[in-house]
Amino acid sequence: MTSAQHLLADEVTVGYGRQVVLDGVSLRIGRGETVGLRGPSGCGKSTLVRVLALLHRPDRGRVSIDGTAVDAVRYAVPVALRTRVAALFQSPRAAADPRLSLTDLIAEPLRATRTPESAVRDRVDELADLVGLTADLRSRRPHAVSDGQLQRACLARALVHRPDYLLCDEATAMLDASTQAHVAAVIRDYQRTQQAGVLVVTHDQTLLDRWSDRIVDLAAAAGVRA
Amino acid sequence: MADLAARPPLLRVARSRLRLRPGRAGVVVAGLILLMAIAGSLLAPLVWPLDQSAVALGQTRLAPSWTHLAGTDDLGRDVAHRAVYGLRVSLLVGAVAAVVATVLGGVVGGIAGTLGGRVDRILMRIVDTIAAMPHLLLGIFIVAMLRPSLGAVIASVGLTHWLSTARIVRSELLSLRTRPFIDAAISGGAGRLRVLTRHLLPHVLPRLALATTLMIPHAVWHETALSFLGLGLPPHLASLGNMINDGQGSLLTGAWWASLAPGAVIVVVTLAIAVLAARWRDRLDPRVRAELHL
Repeated sequence: MTSAQHLLADEVTVGYGRQVVLDGVSLRIGRGETVGLRGPSGCGKSTLVRVLALLHRPDRGRVSIDGTAVDAVRYAVPVALRTRVAALFQSPRAAADPRLSLTDLIAEPLRATRTPESAVRDRVDELADLVGLTADLRSRRPHAVSDGQLQRACLARALVHRPDYLLCDEATAMLDASTQAHVAAVIRDYQRTQQAGVLVVTHDQTLLDRWSDRIVDLAAAAGVRA
Repeated sequence: MADLAARPPLLRVARSRLRLRPGRAGVVVAGLILLMAIAGSLLAPLVWPLDQSAVALGQTRLAPSWTHLAGTDDLGRDVAHRAVYGLRVSLLVGAVAAVVATVLGGVVGGIAGTLGGRVDRILMRIVDTIAAMPHLLLGIFIVAMLRPSLGAVIASVGLTHWLSTARIVRSELLSLRTRPFIDAAISGGAGRLRVLTRHLLPHVLPRLALATTLMIPHAVWHETALSFLGLGLPPHLASLGNMINDGQGSLLTGAWWASLAPGAVIVVVTLAIAVLAARWRDRLDPRVRAELHL
């Protein structure tokens, strides 16, 4: 009855033109587990995150969520599956629509899935409190806040649908130490309370050691069928 | 300057917004000129009616004076009076043609930029092909197929000027499509329609509106060129192109003023629109905008 409780990339191969970026890579993120992913620049960490986030179709191999294989990518993914995986990207600046206030930014995924407006407001307030955005900041637009403040808003947005899996692609690389610690703490709390699976991609070895239950080296994982 | 920080923030913002910056005077002057041009065009039939076919053969080629501010032409018609009506036609043609071109270019560029792939390649090759032909020639061809009228001139200008708009919209959409914030929106569960209407179009629309505005002066010049070649409005109707064309004959007899007023009007008004559009373009850059507001 209960099938596998994990987000799985199964022998995923991705190439851009003639260059193969991922060659038969497998990665499993179990519920309630934090997996650290490391590897040299350009080894395909971000591509793997995009594949797991159902944003990029692998040339070969597939992604499955709790045992359900997902063949669709981008718009074609059913909302029920789509909202179970969320991603947090390296640059909050690039990942935030410059036209939206932080409140609207956090609310956008809820509005996109037709949540009643009263519920949207409650959930946004709850999350903004969680990530520590003051009322003054919430009405501002991305250009008027710092990278750290914006990344907190992006984190709130990623958590808004209560995803089972959270993918953090160098999500703390651009932040100062205290914001980094705060963002990490929020993610860890979320992971514990929701029994979520978290993927942490980073160059920062100390962060990996402190944060993850298991570390996967992408350069080693390629072709090894880890 | 030291006490600036002590002021309430609102006052500081108001102050910084009111301060005259370099270039601001030019924008104000341009705005006033455009305002006068539009008001003049709209109010002229009420305030200063003109009988388009009236001639006064007793007072041909009079030099500028207090009764005829810009002189009279070879048929004794008041040049200043007709220039106002000429501007009216030119602005109408310019604005409508620019809107036609924008809609057409927006739709073609929008389809190419959203669908991409083969559709994009086919549409853009069509655009390239049309762009390879001299557009004045193409415009003349379109007018020749239709009967000379206001509609024909608008069609001629509108149908030959949508290419750059299509390219702008397409490239803007293609570059936006791959931006991480679009990925983030999709990741949040937004469908194709919502991404298009909430995240892509709002970014394209200001640029599109700007493209339209920048196109108006060009369309006005184009209308003038067609009229000057005798392909625009019927000759008795006042349009800036017709007037400059008519003035050619007078020029040879020493009556330089017959072409001067319509020529000056078109240069001043199109320059004013261009100045305002340039200012707007500067403000569109989010970094510039952020500096203005903070």
